[in-house]
Amino acid sequence: MARSMNLVLNVWRQKNAKDQGRFVRYDAKAINDHMSFLEMLDVVNEDLAHKGEEPIAFDHDCREGICGSCGMVINGVPHGPAKSTTACQLHMRLFKDGDEITIEPWRAGAFPVVRDLVVDRSALDRIIQAGGYVSVRAGAAPEANSLPVPKLDSDQAFDAATCIGCGACVASCPNASAALFTAAKISHLALLPQGGPERTDRVRKMVAQMDAEGFGHCSSHKECEAVCPKDISISFIAKMNRELITAMSVAPNEIKSRSKG
Amino acid sequence: MATQKALTLLDTTVGKKAALAVSGVILFGFVIGHMLGNLQVMLGAEAYNAYASGIKSKPLLLWGVRTVLVAALLVHTVIVLELYGKTIAARPVAYKVKKHIATSYAAMMMKYTGPVLLVYIIFHIAHFTYPGVSFGDYDPIAGDVYANFVNAFRIPWVVAVYVIANLMLGMHLYHGAFSMLQSVGLSHPRYNNRVKNIARGLAFLVTAGNVLLPLTVFLGLAK
Ligand code: HEM
Ligand code: FES
Repeated sequence: MARSMNLVLNVWRQKNAKDQGRFVRYDAKAINDHMSFLEMLDVVNEDLAHKGEEPIAFDHDCREGICGSCGMVINGVPHGPAKSTTACQLHMRLFKDGDEITIEPWRAGAFPVVRDLVVDRSALDRIIQAGGYVSVRAGAAPEANSLPVPKLDSDQAFDAATCIGCGACVASCPNASAALFTAAKISHLALLPQGGPERTDRVRKMVAQMDAEGFGHCSSHKECEAVCPKDISISFIAKMNRELITAMSVAPNEIKSRSKG
Repeated sequence: MATQKALTLLDTTVGKKAALAVSGVILFGFVIGHMLGNLQVMLGAEAYNAYASGIKSKPLLLWGVRTVLVAALLVHTVIVLELYGKTIAARPVAYKVKKHIATSYAAMMMKYTGPVLLVYIIFHIAHFTYPGVSFGDYDPIAGDVYANFVNAFRIPWVVAVYVIANLMLGMHLYHGAFSMLQSVGLSHPRYNNRVKNIARGLAFLVTAGNVLLPLTVFLGLAK
């Protein structure tokens, strides 16, 4: 049997990047506990639309936990209280009747608020553009036996590659650091033979871009790992550090930092 | 897209953290040696004064080590200022509600225990070495390190200052011992826990020894 609950929401409302922004209280009435968190917001938004008010803006796309679009800080935790779960996959059964829920956007200087809970995460895209790719023609998958990859490397590369780029790591970090995201992307390619030729340049370019975007440094708080919907380990941050220290010591050509944006 | 000057390792946050870790390791190594040396106070006046004059009799080594330590402390402090200067700006708007679900109290306190240690180090050097200060009813005696030690730690508030400062050092090293491994990229699924536990064990021993030292007089272990 589905349970129905009434909730009180404290939601961050901000018209645009220039607006000051403020918290607004909403009643979320008759919420079915089978709903996802985003479906709960859909119900609230429908009600707002009926009343002629602006619905709450939030990012979403797949609603399957795989695209990385959604994300909001729910009662102080990015993506909310469930471990290894995106906001879109968060079930309302984790809440109970009468709960008060505070909902805020990702907070980081590098993630300016676009509207309400929507932030501009293109800083992460620019980190990828700086070097998170392999410059070869990507044809069909190669014949498996022609390119041997050790099992441990392939497993670790896969773990790193599960990053969906949602930005929860930045949101959770007391320093607003993008170290986990950047480390996952660097490690994923560094572990595979296809990433080999550009390995030393890639780490230098991506770290330079990460810094240029104005993210903070890593203090090893491990908050990122705890909120990551894909459970990406901070051991990848150690790997990124190792990669950069080696690359900076051996790389022949200079690397320039790029300005933000 | 404006390009700026060519980057070196120390221009990056990652490189700065590596330098922080290396300078931290140097200081960590020193506090281990410092603690072991000073625990000899429990062997009595003769042994302790002999240890002290033994160090003084090798000025080259003494000043070599001092130079490295001052340099490490300088690097450590400058890097902290550089990193935090940037990082404070990384979140201009604070959360209304923010839960920390993984970090430790020691980790969150690093930016406070660090500056406390800096003040403490200056106080401690002024207290015993340059120039050597008395906070009680005695005069520091230049060659008698043992007497200075015992006289200093007869005063309860001095003991309290040292105990508290060394508990701060313990907290600093509890997180630092783990974080420095991350910063220089020492992480391996098989050895991670072992290496981390050794580092934390060392941090614990340093804290235990250093907290014991100012208490030796009250406990009757040095008199
Ligand atoms: C006996 C003296 C000291 C020792 C043994 C020591 C040791 C360490 C170690 C091992 C780390 C970890 C480095 C890393 O995360 O890679 C660290 C971090 C840190 N130290 Fe110290 N330190 C000392 C004094 C100081 C002083 C005087 C300050 C303040 C100016 C300071 C401020 C910090 C801060 C803020 C961090 C954390 C940086 C971060 O990751 O956000 N430390 N320290
Ligand atoms: S909407 Fe795609 S991950 Fe949540």
